Amino acid sequence: MRLKIYALLLAMAAALPCLAAPPGPAASEAPMAAVTVAPPSGIKAADTPNDAGNAITVRWQASPDEARKMIEGYEVLRAETPDGEFIKVGYVPYGFTSFDDQDVPANGKEYFYRVKAVGRESQALSLASVSARSAEQWFNTMRINALVSCLLFTLIVVIFISRAKSGQSLFIRRIAGLAAVEEAVGRATEMGRPILYVPGLSSISDVATIAALNILGQVAKKTAEYDTPLLVPNRDPVVFTVAQEIVKEAYNEIGRPDAYNHDSVFYLTDSQMGFASGVDGIMAREKPATNFFMGMFWAESLILAETGAETGAIQIAGTDAIHQLPFFITACDYTLIGEELYAASAYLSREPMLLGTLKGQDWSKAVIVLLLIAGLAVSLINPGIREIILQMLKVG
Amino acid sequence: MIFSTNPWVWIAAILTLCIFSFLYKENAFYRFAEHLFVGVSAGYGVAIYWNNAIVPNLYVPVFHQHNYWFIIPGLIGMMFFFRFSAKTGWLILIPLAVLLGTGSGVYLAPTFQADVLKQMQSAIADATNLELGGWGLVWGLVAFVGVLTTLSYFFFSREQKGALKISANIGIWFIMIGFGASFGNTVMARVSLLIGRVQFLLTDWIHIIK
Repeated sequence: MRLKIYALLLAMAAALPCLAAPPGPAASEAPMAAVTVAPPSGIKAADTPNDAGNAITVRWQASPDEARKMIEGYEVLRAETPDGEFIKVGYVPYGFTSFDDQDVPANGKEYFYRVKAVGRESQALSLASVSARSAEQWFNTMRINALVSCLLFTLIVVIFISRAKSGQSLFIRRIAGLAAVEEAVGRATEMGRPILYVPGLSSISDVATIAALNILGQVAKKTAEYDTPLLVPNRDPVVFTVAQEIVKEAYNEIGRPDAYNHDSVFYLTDSQMGFASGVDGIMAREKPATNFFMGMFWAESLILAETGAETGAIQIAGTDAIHQLPFFITACDYTLIGEELYAASAYLSREPMLLGTLKGQDWSKAVIVLLLIAGLAVSLINPGIREIILQMLKVG
Repeated sequence: MIFSTNPWVWIAAILTLCIFSFLYKENAFYRFAEHLFVGVSAGYGVAIYWNNAIVPNLYVPVFHQHNYWFIIPGLIGMMFFFRFSAKTGWLILIPLAVLLGTGSGVYLAPTFQADVLKQMQSAIADATNLELGGWGLVWGLVAFVGVLTTLSYFFFSREQKGALKISANIGIWFIMIGFGASFGNTVMARVSLLIGRVQFLLTDWIHIIK
């Protein structure tokens, strides 16, 4: 019985082609029929809207063979005439039916496109599209929402600035940390040690840097008043120039131009970690009584704050760098979080321009909160309106 | 233990150890490395500015592409040199005004788009997406409450009393939870930097790690 089963198994194995003897030359040379694929259809080309020109968007209908998983992708080809030489300008994998040709040689000139379906074994070229011209647009309609928001925000700010300039009293709540500025300067004076002020590591175009420089002016006035030495190391050459002018102006305003030390504001280096090591060395050697870290910071934030904490200085930090705030909060005595940094300069200086701007920001936030609540309520009640709201807020 | 025979690796390793010696206390070795680092990087910075800013943005457009419009910003930039003169020092206010004005203009619209409109869209979309259902919708609403209460914390025009105080207190909790997550994430990145430096010492310098 067992022998019969073995014999049966052997017979079955022999019958299987993969276990059978290899085919002879005649079998291997038999030509296989190439599987041809159908080309994509409905090729359309048009100028890419809302751009600075030199771009044409090409769209097509997928090859019917894509559904049968015979298409790997599509090559997009461009020519200057319908019968001219088509050159490849791009490739998209299957599933995509459009391509932005971002490298159109000239605006206003006619171009023609063809799309080639690339299959595993064959390729199929479409008919040429109608001509298309690229053009630049002066206005990006996708950014109307940003324009309206900017205008609204500017209007609110201008209203509050004019109210502040007209002498109207504008209330700003007390900001914890800023009250410590006076105490910190007084402490340095009593101890006979300098104050270190780092106005961040960013450029002058950064809002945080501008806020830091505004606060520097107020701190410099106090150091001028108490005759406390001030050290302001800088990383950016332009910020250095502005910081020097601000400190000099502060000493002049207090009536102590003689006390101003030209070398108190100095340039260290452009290198991030070089700057950090330099400031660390200053903190370790000069032992400032108070360290201010205001402005934009990156990975050096903890290096600076930790070294300052070890020297026993009172530390007041302020930044809008979200990833560095946790380090300042843990290593400094007071930290101005995000917008508190911007508010600080207005709080300290009470200048109408800054106060008005801060008030304008506040009421803009109130408008945002109201819009969010209204948007949520309406969206939950009517899903159709939800789509309209989301479309209105879409960023282009 | 086989030490590297490459003198540059030795210099890099010794300077690394000099900087690490700050962990003990400020000392002459650290001071040497610090001053070297600051001096070399300042000089290197000048070369970088020249090659990455002046050459591609002024020299090439003007002298190679003959686009003479670039001379105007070039001249405005050169006005910064007036600061070396006591008499004409005030003229640096012109390039500063251009820099600040264009900077604000360039950043304002993208800031509104990314930090205001996009955030509002995400907050409403997540809190009202009924398709998420269950916990998805709950987390969307939690994020929405987080946005509102955090905004209320940064409202400076009123004393934080009554409802505003409650809202601001909830907001600061959201902020601190966010900072906690960010702290952990960043510490991991910093540890990887330390590992990179230690690897250099052990691999390239003393060849303990092959």
